[in-house]
Amino acid sequence: MGLLVTQAAFAATLLAPDLPSPAGLRAWNGSDPAARLAVHRNNVVSSLIDAVADSFPVAQELVGEEFFRAMAALFVREHPPRSKILAHYGCEFADFVDGFEPARSVPYLADVARLERARVLAYHAADGDPLKAEKLVEAMSSGHDLGTLQLHCHPSMSVIVSAHAIVSLWAAHQGEGDLSTVDPAAAESALVVRPGLDVLVLRLPPGAARFAIALQTGAVLADAAALAASETADFDLPNALTLLMHHGALISFQFSGSRSQ
Amino acid sequence: MLALGSFAGQHTRRAVPAVPKVRAVAGLPARTGVGLKPEHFRDVLETRPDIGFFEVHAENYMVDGGPFHHFLGRIRAHYPLSLHGVGLSIGTDGPLDEAHLDRLDALIKRYQPASFSEHLAWSSHGEVFFNDLLPVPYDRATLDRVCDQVDRVQERLGRQMLLENPSTYLEFAASTMDEAAFLSEVIRRTGCGLLLDVNNVYVSCVNHGRDALATIDSLPLQAVGEIHLAGFATDRDAAGALLLIDSHGSPVDEAVWCLYAAVLARTGPTPTLLERDNDMPNLPALLAEAQRAEDLMPALAEPMHCGIQWGYS
Repeated sequence: MGLLVTQAAFAATLLAPDLPSPAGLRAWNGSDPAARLAVHRNNVVSSLIDAVADSFPVAQELVGEEFFRAMAALFVREHPPRSKILAHYGCEFADFVDGFEPARSVPYLADVARLERARVLAYHAADGDPLKAEKLVEAMSSGHDLGTLQLHCHPSMSVIVSAHAIVSLWAAHQGEGDLSTVDPAAAESALVVRPGLDVLVLRLPPGAARFAIALQTGAVLADAAALAASETADFDLPNALTLLMHHGALISFQFSGSRSQ
Repeated sequence: MLALGSFAGQHTRRAVPAVPKVRAVAGLPARTGVGLKPEHFRDVLETRPDIGFFEVHAENYMVDGGPFHHFLGRIRAHYPLSLHGVGLSIGTDGPLDEAHLDRLDALIKRYQPASFSEHLAWSSHGEVFFNDLLPVPYDRATLDRVCDQVDRVQERLGRQMLLENPSTYLEFAASTMDEAAFLSEVIRRTGCGLLLDVNNVYVSCVNHGRDALATIDSLPLQAVGEIHLAGFATDRDAAGALLLIDSHGSPVDEAVWCLYAAVLARTGPTPTLLERDNDMPNLPALLAEAQRAEDLMPALAEPMHCGIQWGYS
């Protein structure tokens, strides 16, 4: 008895560094199997930290590798992957960073992580052919009630609304712009979309984030524009629509039955 | 003196199962291949290197769209493909993940790989995926279970799979047979082929004080459908004994090249993958290392004399 090491017992030790190694493991030379089990414990935790680090390179640069890896190690133990597809791993990371006390001094860290997560999702999202401007012009002159136009967003699109300068911070870490001139406390919203092979990150003008989110959740044009205008008087509908069109964030449209407002 | 391979001069060989219940596919060419990495996508398409095949990790391509599918589709049009799974958890003590099998089936239908392979290991427990290849005890109950899982995989995918021998660091007191006997029995019962990872044989033999060449000779070499070569890292166990870690982060060790030559002398030219997943060199450096494996394939009239003593006891 005591010979059988269940996978449950083995699995339990992988993410818990303080648990003793299960009985029933051995080494040919009679050495303590715990040192050998440590190879697996290290493989699991360090490979998952690497996966997190690969997905959040700017977040890592913002706090430094040592701090980032220590934070990621805690994340990995608290939120190990539930999917065998590692591209899906890390969805809870930004929320974890939000609640991570030692990172409080970098208040924009979690939102930069949200932006980076959106980039990974966009990279692997379903493909879609961007809507051609002529098609939209055709629709606009078709005599339908334009307010009931329902615009379908690209499957790779996401919008991140932040109280921090996430786009400027992210761009400065790509060598675009001077980090020293960025005011992190200036609110920015990001549009992330992959119309072709490359993921785009754009700073959205006032109201455009609300507008894009409304379109993405199925609102007709009139309703989406009204929502954005109620958020800010500066909302510029033609400009927002042109920006989404121009960057391939829209793929198709239909005229829906009615508008709600 | 090593016995000369009776297969020398033959090209691609297929496994000859005792129970021919699975459909064999055409197989990879008896040349060398390398892992296809995103940082090399454009280089590969632009330079079209003369390489036998590319191998990809199946799970990296279980995404809806984007550059991975874009480039794999284009590269597949010019090269044979080996689809290598790292997440199926064939050694699990629970049921196989049928949704994962569905995803593998979709990839196989889309990319028509010449080979599909997975590991003798488990990597998930309950809902948690550990991203590591974890060991199984070599006992009757595990043998029956693994055979059932391999049967199910081959039935669902409608084709033969290759099962890879693992790198191991631990032994189980519950084991009643050695790894070679375990693998031989799985292959005999299920008709699957063997993905012979020569680095894993070397790593495991050093880690458990076994003779690597004797281990090679006790494996069913007639079932080898592909060989893997890779680099390892070194560590020490609690008694200070050498412990090799299968890291895929360095060039192939000279001892592993030597063991590989001994394998080729027995099998003849065999599809061989140079595995590299960490600290990636540039494409030309990777291809040069792969070329070394290919150069060994015809040079089989005389076995390599390495002066290596394979026993460790």
